[in-house]
Amino acid sequence: MALDKPYKDIPGTTIFDADQLRLGYHLNQFCMSLMKAENRARFKAGERAYLDEWPMSEEQKLAVLARDLNWCIRLGGNIYFLAKIGATDGRSFQQMAGSMTGMTEEEYRDMMVSGGRSVEGNRRLGEDGDAQPQHQPQGRAGRKEAN
Amino acid sequence: MARITASVYTSHVPAIGTALDLGKSGEPYWQPVFKGYEFSKKWLADNTPDVIFLVYNDHATAFSLEMIPTFAIGCAAEFQPADEGWGPRPVPVVKGHPELAAHIAQSVIQDDFDLTIVNRMDVDHGLTVPLSLMCGQPAQWPCPVIPFAVNVVQYPVPSGRRCFNLGRAIRKAVESFDAPLKVQVWGTGGMSHQLQGPRAGLINREWDNAFLDRLIADPDALAQVPHIDYVREAGSEGIELVMWLIARGAMSDSPPTVKHRFYHVPASNTAVGHLILENT
Repeated sequence: MALDKPYKDIPGTTIFDADQLRLGYHLNQFCMSLMKAENRARFKAGERAYLDEWPMSEEQKLAVLARDLNWCIRLGGNIYFLAKIGATDGRSFQQMAGSMTGMTEEEYRDMMVSGGRSVEGNRRLGEDGDAQPQHQPQGRAGRKEAN
Repeated sequence: MARITASVYTSHVPAIGTALDLGKSGEPYWQPVFKGYEFSKKWLADNTPDVIFLVYNDHATAFSLEMIPTFAIGCAAEFQPADEGWGPRPVPVVKGHPELAAHIAQSVIQDDFDLTIVNRMDVDHGLTVPLSLMCGQPAQWPCPVIPFAVNVVQYPVPSGRRCFNLGRAIRKAVESFDAPLKVQVWGTGGMSHQLQGPRAGLINREWDNAFLDRLIADPDALAQVPHIDYVREAGSEGIELVMWLIARGAMSDSPPTVKHRFYHVPASNTAVGHLILENT
């Protein structure tokens, strides 16, 4: 019997399950290595060379170099591990989370100060909330990238 | 005999720790968050227990993907604040209570909950931010702390029902410890938040407040809520709230006294919720 995945119909959300883990094991373990100051320094001194020490896919390495967290997550990354890259870059959790929405830092911060993203329309794929695929990217940062 | 006197519930947002550590707690953004804990700091000073049993989750800090224990009990004499990538938080070393921890492990494992015994472990913001919120910035924490880490990172996480029943087993274990210790059980994490993907920033004020209501008055029914409801309604990281049910299950079956209740949006990406419940 296949694993039951009742969470597959939630928009804009990837649950870190066993399949994601298999996909992202080395990507996440690379992130874990950045918890040591000397590794952070080595990574910063030569990102590509550091990544090449890990048995990651080429696409995973490119996603890390691009700091594209949505891409990393599609390739099996988990946000708590990916956060170590952000920490190495001196970025906050809010900057990292916001970067996945296509909003600028200011737009995302304003959304949070105004009470956060509403769950309405964002519970299931097929609804019409702002996290749905048809409404991406959500902000000026994403539109800039598209141009 | 030891007894559980009270339980504390609080979010453990890393940015709260950063705000404190960098001296930003007086800034307009952070003021309302810390104001919600003013009563709590005084309450804890007046009601300092002998031991805090602190339920939290490790955020890919002590446990990488090599080993992922569902429930891990810290039995060491001390635990170092972890370097999560930003450098370790400048907070005191956490002193454990190896005797009580070993006693709880023995009792709870023999009660059919398969705990992982951990004798060396660094503790991350999940454990140190609640201590900071409740104690401020002391030179040392007010009492020993038993870290109890729950996997809420790798799916599947334990169900609310299992957490609630585990809390009951912890209560039984504490009550059979042969020393007159006052023990508090803290449940941390949550409330609604999502840190990943285009749905990042999700907050569900209504769901959170209903959770607080039910945690106080009807925890048995709340414990039946399935995992998927947390994720759908409170965000992928809102699932941390199952840990609150461990602390609630550790409380007496009689209705508790609500000493304090606080809710605020936002702290960084997260809704902050906080309760103090005393056994009557």
